[in-house]
Amino acid sequence: MTAALAVLASARQRLVLADTDVDAANLGLVTRPEPVEEAEFRGARRPQFDAARCRGCTECVRACRFGALTGPFPAASPSSSPVPRLDPWACEGCGVCTHVCPTGAVTLRDVPTGTLRVSETPFGPLVDARLEPGEGNSGKLVSRVRSRARELALERGAHLIISDGPPGIGCPVISALSGTHLAVAVTEPSLSAVHDLRRLLEVTRHFRVTVAVVVNRFDLDWTLAADLERRCLDEGVEVLGRVPYDPAVARALLAGRTVVEDGPGPAAEALAAVWDRLERRLGGELGEGDAALAGKHQP
Amino acid sequence: MAVSLTLVLRPRLGVQLLDLDVEEPNAHLLLRPRLEHSSDATVPVPEVDPERCRRCGRCGEVCAYGAIGVFGQAVLVFPELCHGCGGCSLLCPSGAIAERPRKVGTVEWGEGFAHGRLEPGEALAPPVGRAVLDRQDPKADLILIDAPPGTSCPVVEAVRGADFCLLVTEPTPFGLHDLELAAEMTRCLGLRAGVIINREDTGDTKWAERVRGLCAEAGLEVLAGLPHDRAVAEAYARGRPAARVSAVWRRRFEVLAERVLRAAGVEPRGEVTGHGEDDSTRAGRRERQGRHG
Repeated sequence: MTAALAVLASARQRLVLADTDVDAANLGLVTRPEPVEEAEFRGARRPQFDAARCRGCTECVRACRFGALTGPFPAASPSSSPVPRLDPWACEGCGVCTHVCPTGAVTLRDVPTGTLRVSETPFGPLVDARLEPGEGNSGKLVSRVRSRARELALERGAHLIISDGPPGIGCPVISALSGTHLAVAVTEPSLSAVHDLRRLLEVTRHFRVTVAVVVNRFDLDWTLAADLERRCLDEGVEVLGRVPYDPAVARALLAGRTVVEDGPGPAAEALAAVWDRLERRLGGELGEGDAALAGKHQP
Repeated sequence: MAVSLTLVLRPRLGVQLLDLDVEEPNAHLLLRPRLEHSSDATVPVPEVDPERCRRCGRCGEVCAYGAIGVFGQAVLVFPELCHGCGGCSLLCPSGAIAERPRKVGTVEWGEGFAHGRLEPGEALAPPVGRAVLDRQDPKADLILIDAPPGTSCPVVEAVRGADFCLLVTEPTPFGLHDLELAAEMTRCLGLRAGVIINREDTGDTKWAERVRGLCAEAGLEVLAGLPHDRAVAEAYARGRPAARVSAVWRRRFEVLAERVLRAAGVEPRGEVTGHGEDDSTRAGRRERQGRHG
């Protein structure tokens, strides 16, 4: 969905693409990116232990709230001090262990947890990232993606940044939504999707982000779709359009492109209508426009 | 996926389903369990006694999240940034900092089911996931855990310690990409895992072959390939799980459940987790399941 709208937008104006789903970035799978820049992201801090100083007192183990350190340890001998064992998956990098250590044996170091990448695509530069599996602090990496996209937009004179949002309502979503001009929530007529949308709308309201909705595969269940749109209207949320189920969408994705590049068809036409409406909606704001799209299933 | 497995296993085993997708909990919409109990999921956050505080600023120095600090004569706390490590209260030289629980979500549970809901506007999902895991029923024969999508901290919280991880994918570039990441995560965490290929008959066979190729390379057994069926999508839209769509679908899940239990090495006493499109379902004493579950 994001990629299709970006393709349509790129025909009319300069833009920058950003993929803020750093857990599973997939905008690059359909935009034919040529990577031009890659930078390491150090998003976590982990303790390291100086075996020469550690006396095995286990102060740190007892102070750790996250159960990331284990002990007790065999009595320390001057030659080989056993140090606590770290479970990196449980560690939150709070550093309490460094502060409670009576011998200064624990220090924190920054560890790489991901990669930030810039690529050129036929539709504009793309900023995406890859968080190492199992790592936390994805919100910080999302902010990094967005600030790099803003730099590129300034450099290239682009007035629009289109971001693909992460699923959910937690830290990466909040990070992707903050300060965006318009969030586009992609939903479907299913009880689960409606439930998810409701929760997302609570988040956008909480952070005062303007939101509009696109109903994907609306013909999966006409009754639910109508009900969904009525509810959006009741809440004052604009429905930008509805996109029908169309096997051409999957065919295009399998070939590594978006449905709007494959000529006319039900989904391609519906998406073009969505973009027209979105463009009008963004209208005056395009000075420094930045639209984030969020949806659980749609790349 | 997790709900359908739960349904077909229930006649034989005491199955508890835990929905750990606390950002977008959906399993209850399909399973419709009775949620008889609820409690708050909380994070301990600092509360400063201004009488005792000497404005030394130690709390601000030790806080890794910028959640507390002394600004002029004021001590400010930003509870929504706090991870609850307890460092400030532990290290305050004047003993001026106490902790109070701050609600970040809700856990609801009933017979054979528990889930959590992250409060909209809150950023930290893992504490809510941990609170759901606290509801594990020691008397259950099998605990199935529906994991959130992705591979970051909330997912790790869901799959850590599982006996078996069920990865649900699709034969598309996206499915392959997500499966690569999920497989790397289970490898890093040292978890045993197997794969379900959903909608295996859609698209061209090239992607299905690539998915199977990746599984072979990563040593992941493909436990099932499920066909695309619009009836399943329509039923799901209405809150009816796949295993309840028809006798054929029920049978498919029975066969799948059997294979999952065998792959997980679960005697009819165990736990399985699923992780789909990134559904992970854990098995053994626990199995877990991911996104397209």
